[in-house]
Amino acid sequence: MTHITDIHTRHKGAAVNEDVAAGISKRDFHLSIANLSIAFIALLVGGAAGLLQGFVRSGFLELPSWISYYALLTAHGVLLVLVLSSFFSIGYLYAGTSRVLGGLADKTLAFGWAGFALMTAGTIIAAFFILAGDANVLYTFYTPMQAHPWFYIGLALLVVGILLNCIGMFITYQSWRKRNPGVLTPLFAFFSNAVFVLWVFASLFIAVFVVGMVIPWAFGWVPTIDPMMGRTLFWAFGHTLVNIWMLTSISAWYVSMPKIIGGKVFSDSLARVAVVILVVANVPGGFHHQILDPGLSVELKFLHVIQTFMIIFPSLMTAFAMLATMERSGRAKGVTSLLGWWKILPWSDARFFALIVAMLAYIPAGLGGIINASNQVNQVVHNSIWVTGHLHLTVGTTVMLTFFGISYWLIPYLSGRKLTRNLNRLGIAQTIIWACGMLLMSGAMHANGLLGSPRRTANTTYNGHSAASDWALYEMFMAMGGVILFVGILLLVYIWIQLAFFAPKGDTDFPIGEDYNPKDASPLFMDRWSIWVVLATLSIAIAYVIPLLDFASGHSPGSPPFLMP
Amino acid sequence: MHIHRYEKLWLIIGSLILLVFLAILAIQTFYLEMGPPSHAEMIDPQTVKESEIFADAGLKEIGDNEYEIAIVAEMFSFQPGDLEIPAGATVHFTLASPDVTHGFKITDTNVNVMVVPGHISKVSHTFDQPGEYLILCNEYCGLGHEYMANTITVN
Repeated sequence: MTHITDIHTRHKGAAVNEDVAAGISKRDFHLSIANLSIAFIALLVGGAAGLLQGFVRSGFLELPSWISYYALLTAHGVLLVLVLSSFFSIGYLYAGTSRVLGGLADKTLAFGWAGFALMTAGTIIAAFFILAGDANVLYTFYTPMQAHPWFYIGLALLVVGILLNCIGMFITYQSWRKRNPGVLTPLFAFFSNAVFVLWVFASLFIAVFVVGMVIPWAFGWVPTIDPMMGRTLFWAFGHTLVNIWMLTSISAWYVSMPKIIGGKVFSDSLARVAVVILVVANVPGGFHHQILDPGLSVELKFLHVIQTFMIIFPSLMTAFAMLATMERSGRAKGVTSLLGWWKILPWSDARFFALIVAMLAYIPAGLGGIINASNQVNQVVHNSIWVTGHLHLTVGTTVMLTFFGISYWLIPYLSGRKLTRNLNRLGIAQTIIWACGMLLMSGAMHANGLLGSPRRTANTTYNGHSAASDWALYEMFMAMGGVILFVGILLLVYIWIQLAFFAPKGDTDFPIGEDYNPKDASPLFMDRWSIWVVLATLSIAIAYVIPLLDFASGHSPGSPPFLMP
Repeated sequence: MHIHRYEKLWLIIGSLILLVFLAILAIQTFYLEMGPPSHAEMIDPQTVKESEIFADAGLKEIGDNEYEIAIVAEMFSFQPGDLEIPAGATVHFTLASPDVTHGFKITDTNVNVMVVPGHISKVSHTFDQPGEYLILCNEYCGLGHEYMANTITVN
């Protein structure tokens, strides 16, 4: 298995001063390690909450009176989709960017640590009020439901911390460009910058909502709030978050996967075009969460459907690029038969195996997403547990398995250790366990949703109604899937602890693929982010100006708070 | 920048499929009027129960086997309670919330709409099949959310 023990090589495209880099990387590593540690705790606590939810919903377990199903649900959502995903993304992207750009700037580290401190403080505050039962509002915290004011302060700190990390990333990216005029930034750094540009767009919406509207209302300084304005601002953030995870995940598919399988990046320029489309077209996708809302016209909703569909295009490009990368890698090794290249992929390498299973899960996940976004078809599935099944395929399987796969090289890279043969085997077992657990749980959720079972609802028989009795079987499968997944989490935590503290010392590479063909390099203007930011702002304006002006022009009577203890 | 021939083909086919798909959605939305419920009217949540539309709740026959009903979706019930209608009846539902956001879902039908405070939601359905349909709230609305349900019996 030579591919696991590849010698340490640095990206050829980057101007790296080896002596400086060796000293610099240690301090960069600490920041990434700190971020990843919080991500791991969030996975463990959020995963445990998920396991308990499965038991409660299927009727196997009754919770003690001091904690409700909805507190667990809030913890599960906030800790996994917000805390885990953002801390992991930052830890991974900072480490990779430091690797390809030859270290992070001093100011980047200052912003990074300040951001980390705020994010951690925010997470602790929010988690405390959730588990104390003072914030049973779920991770969407739709107003006029109201949580303890400090829950929102916690969320605001988390978001401000993320914004500081964005500034940190931009400083290193732009200073590298200044020092290397006329040179294209490495593809990984391009991905990384794109993720943080999306974070800025997402954060602005949620900051206006939380800081500008919710906090003054939660402290009682203003009497009422407009719930529709809140939903719209939340989903502009919420759906952008989805593509922040996706963009982070596909950075590993595009950049690291080719190196792991012993091939090359299929096309640098096509990868960058896919990234740019995701950044430009992404935010308006948030509106497909509001297809069944009142107050938005049918015509406006259709415009939003078209804008949401724009995001499908880069996914098609990614699907092609991944298979093309794999086929070319096989052909370069001399495979001539039609599908022989598929067989010789490094199936026994946990890093690759986790990524390829993640990619396979993305096929049904993407199809489900198209169904959800299809205007009137949305009525069939909206707020049913089908949607929960969908997001356990997207973020729960595609994104998580990619993160797990990344961790098999990222943790030993940061800890100066090696992924042993045994840990590699456990990584493969973990991937299989995770895939089986999700197949069972998400499959049952999809089926149950089509039968009408609602999402986000504690165990109930609806007075013994026959429709609800049909759901019980699937709820049992969901709970079984939850148990399998929790075993997967425990195994993963074991692997992580081994990789961080106990695996044998050694040099592990952060795999960075080289371009297949220099002809495929992007034109230099791709690095000019001002163009993409202007285009993204334009696409946001097309979608949001009409509804936001409409909501803000004072027709809304406003809602007083309803406390959710 | 060079695009591989197969990739061009793949993207063109993919885009065409998406266009056909969007065209079908557009025809259904604009010509067959199957668009999602998108009512524009507003109402003050604090006066929903006294308002003209919702104060006098009950099933009203407005035509040949055609009914109208105003339903208040509140924590944690739909008012008025269980409904009974003849088979083949078309019912026009008008909904509003005096408190938080609720969902209005009738199982085994495509009736599914959000009830956001401040807004009036409208949705219609023709009940051809006799049976007891479950109406449930499918948007989390508080600690009693799972109890928020009614039935509609089609005879």
